Amino acid sequence: MRRVYMDNNATTPIHPEVMEVLKESLDLYGNASSHHSFGTEAREKVEEARASVARLIGAQPEEIVFNSGGSEGNNYVVKGVTCEGRACSISSRGNHIITSSIEHPSVLNVAKCVESLGVEVTYLPVDQYGLIDPDGVEKAVKDNTCLISIMFGNNEVGTIEPIEEIAEIAKRHDILFHTDAVQAVGKIPVDVNKLGVDFLTLSGHKIYGPKGVGALYVRKGRKICPLIEGGHQEMSLRAGTENTLGIIGLGKAAEVAAKEMPGERKRLTALRDGLYEGLAARVEETRLNGHPTQRLPGTANIGFKYVEGESILLRLDMEGIAVSTGSACTSDSLEPSHVLLAMGIPPEEAHGSMRFSLGRENTDEDVDYVLEKLPPIVQDLRQMSPLYAKK
Amino acid sequence: MQYSAKVLEHFRNPRNMGQIEDPDGVGEVGNPICGDVMKLYVKIDDEKIADVKFETFGCAAAIATSSMVTEMVMGKPIDEALKISARAVAQALDGLPPIKMHCSNLAADALKAAIKDYRSKKSAAAASK
Repeated sequence: MRRVYMDNNATTPIHPEVMEVLKESLDLYGNASSHHSFGTEAREKVEEARASVARLIGAQPEEIVFNSGGSEGNNYVVKGVTCEGRACSISSRGNHIITSSIEHPSVLNVAKCVESLGVEVTYLPVDQYGLIDPDGVEKAVKDNTCLISIMFGNNEVGTIEPIEEIAEIAKRHDILFHTDAVQAVGKIPVDVNKLGVDFLTLSGHKIYGPKGVGALYVRKGRKICPLIEGGHQEMSLRAGTENTLGIIGLGKAAEVAAKEMPGERKRLTALRDGLYEGLAARVEETRLNGHPTQRLPGTANIGFKYVEGESILLRLDMEGIAVSTGSACTSDSLEPSHVLLAMGIPPEEAHGSMRFSLGRENTDEDVDYVLEKLPPIVQDLRQMSPLYAKK
Repeated sequence: MQYSAKVLEHFRNPRNMGQIEDPDGVGEVGNPICGDVMKLYVKIDDEKIADVKFETFGCAAAIATSSMVTEMVMGKPIDEALKISARAVAQALDGLPPIKMHCSNLAADALKAAIKDYRSKKSAAAASK
């Protein structure tokens, strides 16, 4: 059976070039902090990777802190700036943070956690496209605001937020600004200086690198309390022996992403639009969730009225097609997507929304295959649905 | 979350799906906002379930439990059909993931609602005679 993977926002396959480097590095076992030749060999590779990641986002290598991935990066910033080590972190500047209602759970749930510890949190609304209004950010600023954390590209609907404008507001008010750019880095140009962000989260496995590795960009001079205390690794900002193999993989993935981004961005945008237009032409009462154009290249979140998403997902899986009903991180929840609800989509329609996230391995033939298999599945399920019959 | 082979089989090939024209009883439970609506139609003959069909908006577990409950009650006397518990429906499907157990409640509730509808129609008809 043909297999089509369209769940690249959940995770991506390892790029062949990354796989090559990983294989070559399997026996590089020295501890990068050791001062003998085994350690030095590992250290050199780690620093090469740091330079590649820095180049991808326009940062200096010493501003890159390797960690275990996106969730750690997000936890680090929200906790490090607010509730951890009040004496030494910048929390002495205030205890109010601003974030949005459509963040990834690794920001939202941490915000709730620090909220329970006494930090004040503002969750900004979004419009029907999932966009955050910069004026709303400005209005939410208080004297005690110490952090603004807004995601770059939404993982469920792909909407790209006006990060540059929001960072400008933060700067004007002398507030630290963090963006969870896990879905944006490697897919669209991201330059930390052009954007003016203080912290930025990125992850390896979203850009064809290995799982369990990521990086946090920390602008030079910005202070934050480590989430993991211990040794002096990563400029004392993240203790623990470096995950050499993961870091090497992330470095290579960053290098390849920089090279392939312009072509892939164009190609995936066309594929994604072809998929939505094809489905809209074949299936009545179909809606695109997310911004029509200001959106991540490979992401199309599509709603099919009168049917439930999990049923579509399983029927597609039986045809070899892998998609998701929203975020993999919330897939065990029965609640409809918090992102779609925040966009004002009625819960019953949110239940019938599917996320197609395309990646480098997807082809025109893959899109054609989905266009062939999906419409009859939706029709079948609608025939079964009492909501459809009532029409 | 892993479904049993039996759940997937009923999901893929649901039994007794559709509507009954001129049913003796209809039961609808659930809520589209929660992502589950089950509608069960019954035809009663001599206090037995002569025919039963369902329509369901919901996940694979919701569809499979609807299908299973129709199979379990087809041809049964209604008093016996009413004894079918949510647990029995789930067991007949070789179990459901814990987070989906409520789907079997919905299936059993839809059946009870359909029979209740039949009985209230019947007593109303008797009263008007």
